[in-house]
Amino acid sequence: MKHELPELPFAETALEPHISAETLQYHHGKHHAKYVATLNELLPGTELEGESLEEIIRRASGKLFNNAAQVWNHTFYWNCLSPRGGGQPDGPLTAVLEQQFGSFDQFQQQFNEAAKGLFGSGWTWLVQDASGKVSIQPMSNAGTPIRQGDTPLLTCDVWEHAYYIDYRNARPKYLTGFWNLVNWDFVAQQYQAAAPV
Amino acid sequence: MAYTLPDLPYAYDALEPSIDARTMEIHHTKHHQTYVDKVNAAVADSPLGEKPVDALISDLGAVPEAIRTAVRNNGGGHANHSLFWTVMGPGGGGQPTGALASAIDAELGGFEAFKDAFGNAAATRFGSGWAWLYLDSSGKLAVGSTANQDSPCMGASIAGIAGTPILGLDVWEHAYYLKYQNRRPEYISAFWNVVDWNAVAERFAQAQG
Repeated sequence: MKHELPELPFAETALEPHISAETLQYHHGKHHAKYVATLNELLPGTELEGESLEEIIRRASGKLFNNAAQVWNHTFYWNCLSPRGGGQPDGPLTAVLEQQFGSFDQFQQQFNEAAKGLFGSGWTWLVQDASGKVSIQPMSNAGTPIRQGDTPLLTCDVWEHAYYIDYRNARPKYLTGFWNLVNWDFVAQQYQAAAPV
Repeated sequence: MAYTLPDLPYAYDALEPSIDARTMEIHHTKHHQTYVDKVNAAVADSPLGEKPVDALISDLGAVPEAIRTAVRNNGGGHANHSLFWTVMGPGGGGQPTGALASAIDAELGGFEAFKDAFGNAAATRFGSGWAWLYLDSSGKLAVGSTANQDSPCMGASIAGIAGTPILGLDVWEHAYYLKYQNRRPEYISAFWNVVDWNAVAERFAQAQG
C-alpha cells in the first residue's frame, strides 16, 4: 500500500496573512511530500509494509519512524488549522482546559511557553492520555503522541521550516498567528472521540 | 564579564552567492545574538561566565544542574556559531594543503571521501544540528554530526561524539532556509565554496597541541 500526500484541507492562500501561501507551498508541497516519498521508499521489504501509518509509528525506529511520524504529524497539523479558526473552543473541551490549566488564557500561555522553549526542531502537542487527562507535551523532531498511544488533540509545528519564510527567527510571532488559525471544531472532535466512556 | 557577539570577519554579503547576505545578517544578529544573551542570562549569578565559552561547554559537569541545559544549548550555540563564522570566508573553497591535507588523506581516505562523509553527516542529521570534522580523543580526524547546539567538545555522553571541532556546518533550517528552503543538499554543496581551509588548518594545528 502506497502512502499518499493528503490534499490541504484549505487553499494555499487561505491562511494568509498568518501563514503565507509560499510557506504552505514548501511545507506541504516539498517537506510533507518528501516525508511521504521517503516513507514509500523505505517500507518495501520491511515487516511493516502494509501496516497502517499508526502501526508503523508505534513499531518503527530510526529513519522509518522519523518519516512515518512526520507524515502523520503534518496531516494532523493541517487539520488543526482553518481560515475560519481562532478564538476559543466551546463545549466539553473548554471545561477540561479550564479545569486542567485554570483558564483558557493560562492554557494558551503554557502552550506558548512550551512551544517557545522547545529547543531545535519539533512539535508542541495538546494530548489526552488513556485516563482522560489532558496535558501539553513538547516533542523533539518527529515526536508524536501516537508513539505512546495517547490521543493528540492539537499540535503546533515548531520546525523552523513552518515559519521561517514568514517570521524568520521570531517564533513567538508565528505562535500569535497560529492561534488565529486553530480549528477548534477539529480539536474538540478529537477530544470527544478520545473521552473515556 | 559577559560573553559578547563577535564581529563577522567579513561583510554580510561576502559569502554570496553561496550564502546570501540576508541569511548571514539574520543568522549573526538575531540567532547568534540570542544564544549570547541567553548564555549570559544562564551564568549571570555564577563565576562560570569567566571561562571562555569553549571551556565552559567542554565541562558541563561543572555547571550546576539548574542551568546545565541552558548552558548546553546557548553556550553551545554561541561557541558553534563563533567557530562557524571563522571557518568560512570570501576566497574560500578549494582544498586543504599541508599537514591537514595529509591527515585527511591518511585518516579519512582522501579529500573526496572526506567530503562525501561530511556531506552525508550534514544531510542525514534529522532535525536541527551540525556536521563536524573534529579531532577525536585519540588525536585522529573524524567526521560526525550532533543534534541542536551540541558540540563534540561536550563529550560523547552528551553529544554522541567526542573531540575538538575544527570544521563545523550549521544544518539548522535557519542557516539556509531563505535561500535554499527544503534543499539542504544544495546548501551543503555551496558550503564547500566558502570554506576557509587556512582557518581550518590553524584549528587543526591548535587541536593537536
